[in-house]
Amino acid sequence: MMVQPIPPSTDTDTDTAALALDVQGLSVEFPTRRGTLTAIEDVSMQIAPGEILGVVGESGAGKSITGLAVLGLLEAPGRIAAGSVYVGGRRVDQLSEAELTKIRGREMGAIFQDPLTALNPLFTVGKQLVETIRLHSDMQRKEAQDRALELLRSVGIPAPEERLRQYPHQFSGGMRQRVVIALALAAGPRLIIADEPTTALDVSIQAQITALLRKLCDETGVGIMLVTHDMGVIAETADRVCVMYSGRVVESGPVADVIHAPEHPYTKGLMAAIPSLHDRVETLSQIDGSMPRLNARPSGCSFHPRCPHAGPKCSIATPPLRKVDTTYAACWLQQGGTR
Amino acid sequence: MNALVPALKVAGVSKIFDVSAPWLNRVIERRPKLFVKAVSDISFTVEKGTCFSIVGESGCGKSTVARLVTGLYGTTQGDITFGKGAAGRPIRVQMIFQDPHSSLNPRWRVGDIIAEPIREMKLRDSEKETTDRVRELLETVGLGADDALKYPHEFSGGQRQRISIARALASEPELLVCDEPTSALDVSVQAQILNLMRRLQDELGLTYLFISHDLSVVRHMSDHIAVMYLGRIVEQAPVEQLFTAPQHPYSKLLLATIPDIENPKRQVDVQAGEPPSPLSPPPGCAFHPRCPIAMKKCSEVMPKLEQAEGKACVACHAVAQN
Repeated sequence: MMVQPIPPSTDTDTDTAALALDVQGLSVEFPTRRGTLTAIEDVSMQIAPGEILGVVGESGAGKSITGLAVLGLLEAPGRIAAGSVYVGGRRVDQLSEAELTKIRGREMGAIFQDPLTALNPLFTVGKQLVETIRLHSDMQRKEAQDRALELLRSVGIPAPEERLRQYPHQFSGGMRQRVVIALALAAGPRLIIADEPTTALDVSIQAQITALLRKLCDETGVGIMLVTHDMGVIAETADRVCVMYSGRVVESGPVADVIHAPEHPYTKGLMAAIPSLHDRVETLSQIDGSMPRLNARPSGCSFHPRCPHAGPKCSIATPPLRKVDTTYAACWLQQGGTR
Repeated sequence: MNALVPALKVAGVSKIFDVSAPWLNRVIERRPKLFVKAVSDISFTVEKGTCFSIVGESGCGKSTVARLVTGLYGTTQGDITFGKGAAGRPIRVQMIFQDPHSSLNPRWRVGDIIAEPIREMKLRDSEKETTDRVRELLETVGLGADDALKYPHEFSGGQRQRISIARALASEPELLVCDEPTSALDVSVQAQILNLMRRLQDELGLTYLFISHDLSVVRHMSDHIAVMYLGRIVEQAPVEQLFTAPQHPYSKLLLATIPDIENPKRQVDVQAGEPPSPLSPPPGCAFHPRCPIAMKKCSEVMPKLEQAEGKACVACHAVAQN
């Protein structure tokens, strides 16, 4: 299960074909009447088969946009301005919409936050599953139905024979999310983008879904990009984590290292701001201010106005993501100081 | 601090909602009337100057309790009494809502939003004094006095929640009912709001009734916790006791499933099952279909909330037996 940590920097010679996902220097822009807004800038990340990469950040950090850009689902006028995306060794960011439609579902699946809107309310769950399976394979109806049954069973839905004939509204939230996961798995993809898959669910159901994702990842060898704002979910589910702030990856590395020994001041602040389940403190440590808006990003490192260690260099130059011990951090502190 | 004075007493309160189909449908389709017992027979006391939290999953009735206490819903059964506040009158109550984007009027300036309760309740004599009070409130919650002239859309989520708090404070309440005040916010902003709420509690001697599904936030904020499941309180205990020695199987399940950053539990077997629909709750203890230690009695008799070890009250047959 454990996969060798793959360095997120661009200057490696990792074999792209062996990776479930390889994103290199990705930038996404939204041209507007008042100028071009850069949603994400120079984002690189790799996911090995059977690995869960957590992408964490606050709202507006660009984590969902990264997922959508990989899926080729950016809404116009958003576009990929630079960089490349490889899924299973195949470059996907320059494909036409028709070619993308073939790959989406077969090579990469998606799980979104709200399972109710991801399912068609007018068709039974079985019909939706069978349709998806047949679209991506040359299975006959009977065969596809057996596969649908097997999929529902593998995502832990009790009495799948009856459930196949039911409509989405007859499922509870957790069960619906399981159906969405079954749909994403239908064609045996190499990569699944899971965008806040548990945010709409209660904690006891959330634990069931994250355990399911782990199990499927280990069993099928699919790579999962788990986009979430919840550090707890990342801690319990992911192998490695990318912390995003204001459109950039500020830190990445093995989950335990990033959580217990964060290098970047933002990650440190974020970890300290989460109330503990074990001891109680009088005041939580807080990061003052809030994340800058897209049209008002400060120069240099975007975090410098909120950073307790900021020096003159931070407002001038953007720090690159460089290796520090076991993780990668984009901060001048570890790269020759902030002066 | 006079810790033993009750600020709020909820005694045997129930709330039943009529969720029947429209009259004509009922007649034509011969459907019966349908009721949801959102809250059934809950009792608790909140002491002055403390923070009492209600936790539970969605649909357990915790928000209904908040709305019952503030009078946004009328009770079907039971009594809600408020303690004596300043000058001998009943204490004042205000509410902070979850979503700071929909709870502020987008067409009003922030100053008017905060001044409304002051004007409405005639808490200040002149417009000049009202404006001064608004400035003071804005500064109390960490905003600038000149923010009074801006509109809500000019603020971020965290700042808007500060405005909501300032508006709630404007009527000089002694009890604040907070319905998931930070669940729409990011963690770094959540820390700011929680710190602000703690500071206000110390400075103004506020009492909080805090509703949340986030156990780590609840642990940070509260003195006393009630865990709700399907409209009933299943366990009620001081915060330390609940987190170190939960007694009800549902409290144990909640604590076992919440993601823990410090000690991630990756290998734990996850308990299956989901909360049943409040439309057709199971007989006996509502938790028995999911409960690992359920007995025959559990599916027949509803357990009562009884004094258990320490200062806790637990509604469970198994706990009562030991």
